[in-house]
Amino acid sequence: MKFLRMMPGHGELLLAEGDPSVREEEQELIDAFREQLELGMWAAVPTAAPGGRRRGRMVTAFGEVPRDAERVIFFPRAAGG
Amino acid sequence: MLLALAATLIVIAVLSIDIARGPVSRRVRRLLRRRAEPGAIPVGYDPGRELRAEQKARALLRSCVDEADWEMYAELGFLRVWGGEDDPVLRDGDDEHAYAYLIYPHEPLVCFVPASRRLLNEYCVNFPDQSRPYGSARLPASDDVLAKWIALTGDERRLIGAAEMHLPGRLVDPERVQRDLWRLDRWEQARAVRARRAGSLTAP
Repeated sequence: MKFLRMMPGHGELLLAEGDPSVREEEQELIDAFREQLELGMWAAVPTAAPGGRRRGRMVTAFGEVPRDAERVIFFPRAAGG
Repeated sequence: MLLALAATLIVIAVLSIDIARGPVSRRVRRLLRRRAEPGAIPVGYDPGRELRAEQKARALLRSCVDEADWEMYAELGFLRVWGGEDDPVLRDGDDEHAYAYLIYPHEPLVCFVPASRRLLNEYCVNFPDQSRPYGSARLPASDDVLAKWIALTGDERRLIGAAEMHLPGRLVDPERVQRDLWRLDRWEQARAVRARRAGSLTAP
């Protein structure tokens, strides 16, 4: 599983990578996930809906990330205006 | 004689400076004002770096959306996302979508009725990165599109709740949107024809 973050002037940045089924790596992913949320990021997982159409899935905790997800994408939270 | 010549030169120099001061100071003021305008080129802007960032963002967008959506964005410059996908009242087994959005890079979302092409609202929303790693809070254009797409398809209510709603035409030219909807229709028809031809060629 890879954690990617969208970044101005850079494109996506690889924040963390690990196998959630390995305990130590899972903890690193959890810490990285929490850190991004504390920085005010939103997190989403690109998925394929039933019928094959792709869509996003917003997640607010590491526990909501599907175990087989390949990527979690972090991006700045939305603001109006 | 020499003294008179020197005095004349000094007078000419002073007059020249005085005459030139007006246009030069106006030009400097204009330059400073332009730098301060919203949307102006920020300090430290590097076009090469921005181009590389945009290329990465396009690759990421392409890896996330459907092939048809990617082609739509690459060829038309915007994405269409159906609205109310998770709303049982709006979907109710009906294939017709009650409304949809057009996603433009760094522009408001435009909500419209697909059947009539009537424009409903504009939703002003952006994703400012306050860490400003290179001086700007703005994501690359295709990252902005991906952020809108992923948030709209993942949690439409949350995104719309964060946006500022306006009547159509406030920031996005309605005539341009109508043209884009017409282009989208033509593009979908052409794509369907291509798919039919490809299907008939591969059929036994």
